[in-house]
Amino acid sequence: MCFEAKRLYRLALGPVLMLLAMVSAGAWAADGERSTVNMSPGVTEVGQTIFDLHMIILWICVIIGVLVFGVMFYSIIYHRKSRGVTPATFHESTTVEIAWTVVPFIILIAMAVPATKTLIDIYNFDDAEMDIMVTGYQWKWKYEYLNDAGENVQFFSSLSTPQSEILNAEAKGEHYLLEVDEPVVIPVNTKVRFLMTANDVIHSWWVPELAVKKDAIPGFINETWTLATEEGIYRGQCAELCGKDHGFMPIVVNVVSKEEYAEWLAGKQAEAAKIKELMAQTFSLEELVERGKGVYERSCLACHGANGEGGVGTAIAGSAIANGDMQGHLDVVANGVAGTAMQAFGGQLNDVDLAAVVTYQRNAFGNNMGDMAQPIDVYNFKNGQ
Amino acid sequence: MSSQTSNEYEKYYVPEKSKLAVMATIGLMLSVFGAGSILNDMTFGEAEGGSSSWTIFLVGLFWFMATLFVWFRTAIRENMAGMNSVQLKRSYVLGMWWFIFSEVMFFAAFFGALFYLRTLVGPWLAGEGEGGRMNHLLWDNFSYSWPMMETPQEAVGGAASQPMANQGSFVSPHKSMAFKDATAWWAWLPLWNTIILLSSSVTVHFAHTALLKSNKSKFNLWLGISVALGIIFVGLQALEYYEAYAHYGLTLNSGIYGSTFFMLTGFHGFHVLMGMTMLLIQFLRSVFGGHFTAEDHFGFEASSWYWHFVDVVWVLLFLFVYIL
Amino acid sequence: MGAHHGPAKGLGRWLFTTNHKDIGTMYLWFSFAMFILGGAFAMIIRAELFQPGMQLVEPGFFNQMTTMHGLVMVFGAIMPAFVGLANWMIPMMIGAPDMALPRMNNWSFWILPPAFLILASTLLMEGGAPGFGWTFYAPLSTTYAPPSVTVFIFSIHVLGLSSIMGSINIIATVMNMRAPGMTYMKMPLFVWTWLITAFLLVAVMPVLAGCVTMMLMDIHFGTSFFSAAGGGDPVLFQHVFWFFGHPEVYIIILPAFGVVSQIIPAFSRKPLFGYDSMVYATASIAFLSFIVWAHHMYTVGMPVAGELYFMYATMLIAVPTGVKVFNWVSTMWRGAMSFETPMLFSLGFLVLFTIGGFTGLMLSIAPSDFQYHDSYFVVAHFHYVMVAGAVFSMTAAVYYWLPKWCGKMYNETMGKTHFWISFIGFNLTFFPQHFVGLAGMPRRIPDYALQFADFNMMSSVGAFIYGSSQILFLYNVIATIVSGKPTSEEKTWDGAEGLEWTVPTPAPYHTFETPPAVR
Ligand code: HEA
Ligand code: HEA
Ligand code: HEC
Ligand code: CUA
Ligand SMILES: [Cu+2]
Repeated sequence: MCFEAKRLYRLALGPVLMLLAMVSAGAWAADGERSTVNMSPGVTEVGQTIFDLHMIILWICVIIGVLVFGVMFYSIIYHRKSRGVTPATFHESTTVEIAWTVVPFIILIAMAVPATKTLIDIYNFDDAEMDIMVTGYQWKWKYEYLNDAGENVQFFSSLSTPQSEILNAEAKGEHYLLEVDEPVVIPVNTKVRFLMTANDVIHSWWVPELAVKKDAIPGFINETWTLATEEGIYRGQCAELCGKDHGFMPIVVNVVSKEEYAEWLAGKQAEAAKIKELMAQTFSLEELVERGKGVYERSCLACHGANGEGGVGTAIAGSAIANGDMQGHLDVVANGVAGTAMQAFGGQLNDVDLAAVVTYQRNAFGNNMGDMAQPIDVYNFKNGQ
Repeated sequence: MSSQTSNEYEKYYVPEKSKLAVMATIGLMLSVFGAGSILNDMTFGEAEGGSSSWTIFLVGLFWFMATLFVWFRTAIRENMAGMNSVQLKRSYVLGMWWFIFSEVMFFAAFFGALFYLRTLVGPWLAGEGEGGRMNHLLWDNFSYSWPMMETPQEAVGGAASQPMANQGSFVSPHKSMAFKDATAWWAWLPLWNTIILLSSSVTVHFAHTALLKSNKSKFNLWLGISVALGIIFVGLQALEYYEAYAHYGLTLNSGIYGSTFFMLTGFHGFHVLMGMTMLLIQFLRSVFGGHFTAEDHFGFEASSWYWHFVDVVWVLLFLFVYIL
Repeated sequence: MGAHHGPAKGLGRWLFTTNHKDIGTMYLWFSFAMFILGGAFAMIIRAELFQPGMQLVEPGFFNQMTTMHGLVMVFGAIMPAFVGLANWMIPMMIGAPDMALPRMNNWSFWILPPAFLILASTLLMEGGAPGFGWTFYAPLSTTYAPPSVTVFIFSIHVLGLSSIMGSINIIATVMNMRAPGMTYMKMPLFVWTWLITAFLLVAVMPVLAGCVTMMLMDIHFGTSFFSAAGGGDPVLFQHVFWFFGHPEVYIIILPAFGVVSQIIPAFSRKPLFGYDSMVYATASIAFLSFIVWAHHMYTVGMPVAGELYFMYATMLIAVPTGVKVFNWVSTMWRGAMSFETPMLFSLGFLVLFTIGGFTGLMLSIAPSDFQYHDSYFVVAHFHYVMVAGAVFSMTAAVYYWLPKWCGKMYNETMGKTHFWISFIGFNLTFFPQHFVGLAGMPRRIPDYALQFADFNMMSSVGAFIYGSSQILFLYNVIATIVSGKPTSEEKTWDGAEGLEWTVPTPAPYHTFETPPAVR
């Protein structure tokens, strides 16, 4: 083989290697383990169907690719000027042109049939056994269990990876960026319907192993569902650019046995009842400040700074609002400031936490108002509007 | 020149280098920069530079207009000097047609938005079709009708009790511009506007016919009437806007009905203003400059095409914004 | 008006020119500058993603980089590059003295640099540059946007104006300025693809203008187009945007198809196979591009009927595109091929674009797209079609016509080296992105989970390789212009066909003041 031809074989090598890589990618995925090179069939029937669809179409493309590139490389190798060939002069052939219009069309129809079937399956929301409302916030998720008698269980779920790991000050844990403070829990072998919406911008709730990705759109509700057949912890991420911390609002779904689920739910309901009890209590300034510090660090610090010095948000230290009229302060915190990053926390925090954080802000960072808001004040404020 | 046929070769006039483009760019950029700062001052309240933004904007706009004026004057003079071949004139014709096509697409975007909002989004929010849960959980009590006289926000009791934070406030209007809200057909402005605009299209056509017959005085008359009708139309539109704001509570803030209403009629009105200015310039050219002959009157023809286009848009508006 | 005048001297030549070659040259250099700028943003992205953890930039700034990278590459690098090529080549290919409307031509160019200047200046504005992605979905780009969004909106308006004027000019030129005998079905394919591209541009740029205007109104005047509270819908934004956005991606690729359709026959020494079907295929692609937009929105919760319709329509595009691919391959079949740099880049285009097309087809399958959407799989898809598609073909075009433009020959060895480094670097960058995407890595994130680390590192290394190879390109082009081996052959490539190869080399300042005879 002459030097020239060798170079040409090398030219062929790249694409061939890539195709091989794609193919082996498919092969690796077959053995149950979560693949790092291919889509995961996940733990739902829909996921398996999607995965099969994905593989079929991938293979069809690979075959077409091999044929097309095969012909191309054949020409490249055998129809080279350096081999002294004289070029042919043909430049059309109605027959082959019709053939290569019709054949791909037929292939496409063959692909469309299973795709249509799968899609219609996915759009069948009927006979779901439970509903969970999922609300996207910048940058956390809120879960609300809807159709339970009695207390609605609801909570926020946000990234729990410590800042120090993100900033490389500490070794990264196994589930770096894919862990949350409070996972959403669902029972196994149960058709769970999710109602997606958002509080501010569009988010998208994606858990690959549950084969669910649906946009959460403010003011609208999108429905989707899953039916997990295996217990386990499944992780996902927000899949729609939603601002600064879009990369930091993971999803963790805990699929548990039905018994465990019932137990968990009962616990949650008891917790909610306890908060309700707390709402009726009166707290001392110290109690409120202490609780408020915790709330502040969880919910406000990101924007207002560890020492209330401000950042994305305005400074709290010395702020006219935190050192002014209590109603005004409550208003900002509960209703937010329209058009700014300052969200309405009225719906996100319970009245106890609201009272606490407002009190904390009025009595920390050098602010020294000495007054406090009780849960009942918050309650009255909210309902007096 | 008219003796030449298009098959015969003529020299295509390629202008010498020209400062026009760069001058127009400077004007455009200044006005864009000024407008941007004005808006940002308005919304984000940056204290400094309020008035200087206006100065920059106005200087830029004036500069831009002046350049365009010189540009068109140059093009007209070239034509009068006989430099334009038949082929070059065809380029201008093509240019104008495709420009109008781009304008059609601009309006298509807004009409498309209107249809989408009216036929899909409204019913969804009110709980039809895909929207079952949506209405119940988010916009309880919202019911849909067009014109939308109650925004979803007000249906749930105002900004404070709506489920999403920070979305502005949308105050429902108390009366719409639609025919079904009119007190009497003869007191319904849009009808008169339609009559006026349609007649102006006809008068422009008369002007054209007169010109083709080389009847310049009749041409001037009909063209003058068309411009006058255009002015009346704009005046009535202004009156309508005043009514909307002052008496109907119909504003840019009154939900999607107000948004689409003002967007569509506003951009249409702006285009009427442009078309009218174009016609006015042709009128002045004809009356004072003695321009245009039966064979050579591209400036007028282009303006009249534009005018007909604006008219067609209005007919669609009349149908989809006011009547249906 | 002297019959034979050369270029004027000094800066005025460029500022005030009405010459299609000067304007083409300015477009080309401008687009290369934007390519470097957009590339620099990409390098920041890749550097940040080199390993897990936040390394160099803030998350907010990362989003600004992603956004600006997309915007600058699409609107600043690729589109102006092909407009520049159109300016240079279309009049020469159809035997016209210049573009139809030369002064407007100059204006179309000159509003571009300031528009990008103000767009880039947002990086220095308070609140930062736009960080909402090149697709700027509302309400992140309206209610939640930084003040710089206003500037961004106006710069999009200005870019749109430029594109519309440029396209009107191209349409008028092609329809009106063909030399006698140059019938539509004799036009070189590059001219055809551009004619259709220009039509797409005139049709969709105004829609983009309408889209950003609605944003402007929502931000500053209290309208509620994209807010449910007033009866609007954030998804309306996406419909309007993608009605523009999908044709936009064919605006990017059609001229590239045109270029490749010129080059492959030249180096196969055989006429293009299936000229007629190429034209019809291009037109079908353009037509279909208007009716498939919502395949970018499978997850927004459309009714299932809509979902199915958009899926079927999108899949159909594979048919005409396939026709093109098959025609190119058949052109090579039984030719007498040689592999100079333009041909290498065209072959690279052919293979890699087709792979990108295949992944496009996979994305078009709605149920599967639920798993692909907004993952790196999509990023891989569109870089295969846009970098290995549009950029490779543009690079091929520069090597192919450079001798005609400046009368000097580039360094072939360096050109081939450029190709091989690019080819390897490109694949190393973007092939692994398929894997991380499938494995679940979302796009537009500054930091990622540990299982994606290896492939991201590969990808970053590849990006630096591919990026550096562009230095070689830049050097080669400048060296050619400054001190390349002079050539005065009319036909640089023995297999090349077309009117541009009948004029002297370098092409004189004015060509075809009298129209050539076309067989
Ligand atoms: C140059 C630009 C370009 C081109 C040409 C294409 C071409 C195609 N694209 Fe791509 N696309 C983009 C640029 C482009 N795309 C961009 C920028 C995005 C992301 C935007 C964003 O969100 O930021 C995107 C995203 C995108 C999506 C949305 C993904 C998502 O966000 O979830 C989809 C879905 O359908 C899609 C589909 C397609 C299809 C079907 C084609 C087809 O045209 C491909 C047709 C070609 C072939 C199929 C190969 C050749 C054919 C044959 C050899 C014939 C035989 C083959 C068969 C019968 C299988 N593209
Ligand atoms: C035609 C358009 C185009 C082109 C050419 C490119 C080119 C490149 N893109 Fe592109 N990219 C987009 C269009 C394009 N991109 C779009 C539309 C998006 C989506 C944006 C969004 O999500 O909103 C995107 C997003 C995007 C992402 C995802 C970001 C994210 O989701 O967060 C990444 C990540 O790797 C990436 C990488 C690259 C790289 C490495 C190149 C390289 O090819 C660039 C190579 C070029 C250079 C480097 C410049 C020239 C080099 C020199 C002058 C030499 C000096 C350089 C060195 C010494 C290194 N791009
Ligand atoms: C995502 C960012 C963000 C978070 C989280 C946030 N804020 Fe704010 N906050 C802001 C911004 C921005 C402003 C300034 C609003 C304006 O421009 O008026 C603000 C203003 C305020 C003010 C008014 C200060 C003044 O004098 O103007 C108070 C009080 C306040 N926030 C309290 C809180 C509390 C309590 C929390 C947590 C429970 C919190 N914020 C969480 C962004 C945030
Ligand atoms: Cu939430 Cu991205
Ligand atoms: Cu698309």
